[in-house]
Amino acid sequence: MTEYLLILISTVLVNNFVLVKFLGLCPFMGVSRKLETATGMALATTFVLTLSSICSYLVNTYLLKPFELEYLSTIAFILVIAAVVQFTEMVVQKTSPLLYQVLGIFLPLITTNCAVLGVALLNVQQDFGFIESTLYGFGAAVGFSLVLILFAAMRERIAAADVPASFQGPAIAMITAGLMSMAFMGFAGLVKG
Amino acid sequence: MMNLHTPSSPHFHANNSISQVMFTVIAALSPGIAVYIYFFGSGLLIQMLLGILTAITCETLILLARKKPVWPFISDGSAVLTAILLALSIPPSSPWWIIVLGTSFAIVFVKHLYGGLGYNIFNPAMAGYAMLIISFPKEITGWFNIQANSTSLSLSEYLGLIFTESKSSDTISQATPLDHFKTQIGLEQPASTIFTDTNLYSGLGAYGFEWIGLAFALGGVWLVYKKIMSWHIPLSLLISLVLISLVFYAWDNNNYASPLFHLFSGATLLGAFFIATDPVSACSTLRGKIIYGSCIGVLIFIIRNWGGYPDAIAFAVLIMNMCAPTIDYYTRPGAQTP
Repeated sequence: MTEYLLILISTVLVNNFVLVKFLGLCPFMGVSRKLETATGMALATTFVLTLSSICSYLVNTYLLKPFELEYLSTIAFILVIAAVVQFTEMVVQKTSPLLYQVLGIFLPLITTNCAVLGVALLNVQQDFGFIESTLYGFGAAVGFSLVLILFAAMRERIAAADVPASFQGPAIAMITAGLMSMAFMGFAGLVKG
Repeated sequence: MMNLHTPSSPHFHANNSISQVMFTVIAALSPGIAVYIYFFGSGLLIQMLLGILTAITCETLILLARKKPVWPFISDGSAVLTAILLALSIPPSSPWWIIVLGTSFAIVFVKHLYGGLGYNIFNPAMAGYAMLIISFPKEITGWFNIQANSTSLSLSEYLGLIFTESKSSDTISQATPLDHFKTQIGLEQPASTIFTDTNLYSGLGAYGFEWIGLAFALGGVWLVYKKIMSWHIPLSLLISLVLISLVFYAWDNNNYASPLFHLFSGATLLGAFFIATDPVSACSTLRGKIIYGSCIGVLIFIIRNWGGYPDAIAFAVLIMNMCAPTIDYYTRPGAQTP
């Protein structure tokens, strides 16, 4: 039980995918202008990440390993992720057309979110079982969502600030991301390894 | 008919321009600074002077580069306050470039790139400190050892240390009490022997720090009384820190320090009254302030006990600075709860 808790704390805070491992930076920068879209993106990514880490685990254990096809894992995972994203897109379109419009191009772009592929590959690398893989994917997604939403709220405040002309927009966002990453160093050491 | 009564003169004016507030805060810090100098010697004065000079230089250069009026912004005192807070956080014997680097980072990157006073997301002094402790852990955590030297260093000794790094820092300094406690717990020493083994600690907390903390608290209470700041953040911070440390202390007093130790060591009281309350980077709604303060208290405890940087105030404050806009968004009056 503590082991599962540690996986969660480790992925959400200590080894946060965005601020410590620097994965998934494109949506982090791209969708964080408004709090509403950021929240939508966070939910969609959480869903995709958890589901895709489950699916890639199943594919890896029951398809790639028995046939000794591990060298195909990258391609296989990309395929799995693309399918899961397509599935999510259909679900969002049916359940919330508004969110579908707001997210627009960013929804299919989850496919290219390197955090998603990163989680699938790291699961294999660390030899995680089914529950560990699921939790690892879920934790990574929660960590991603947390910093994305916090970052979006900060950017809304920065948008109203008197930022020097040459630092407006992405420049100050990058500096903010750097400072956030620095603040997250405070969690270093909470979980060993 | 209703009789609308117009009050006659004299109309009292509330004297609360920014510079007035800033210099009141600096005045409230002075008892703490005086006690600090009494225990650790005049090194702090040199650090403060270096910090203030750097802060004013950086601020002037940036304002000139941005073609803004220099004097009104310099004279508001906020840069001076940032420099003083940073000087209070680092060891008084650290080399001169530490405070210069930290202050210029705080003023240029954390304050002015966001547009200057009133716009910064992060607390400049604490971001400067975090940058320093990540980059130069050895210089920042080596605290001056009172016992080994029996008296505090003289001014000339401090000048030698700060500008020429005359003695190697190992001979005069040692880990901060919080750092020492964390290391000893890691070596599976029971808490009771850690406190009696060295004379780093005293009755309430760490030697010297208890009186410094009390003096800062005195200044802080005066500020609350003068209505310069509200009581919500300091009180909720201290209460949550005491409660959580009390729970763990009652559960296992061999591995966890008492609430009093947490209250009176490190920068707890300075942080609660002067750092967490920075009106720009903290929450601004009432409910938000209470959430903000109590989360800092919990984070301080978590990072002190399980984190890699036992002097935890800076990181706890920075992490909550990060959350403040979101907390404000969801606690603003009239917000629907999601």
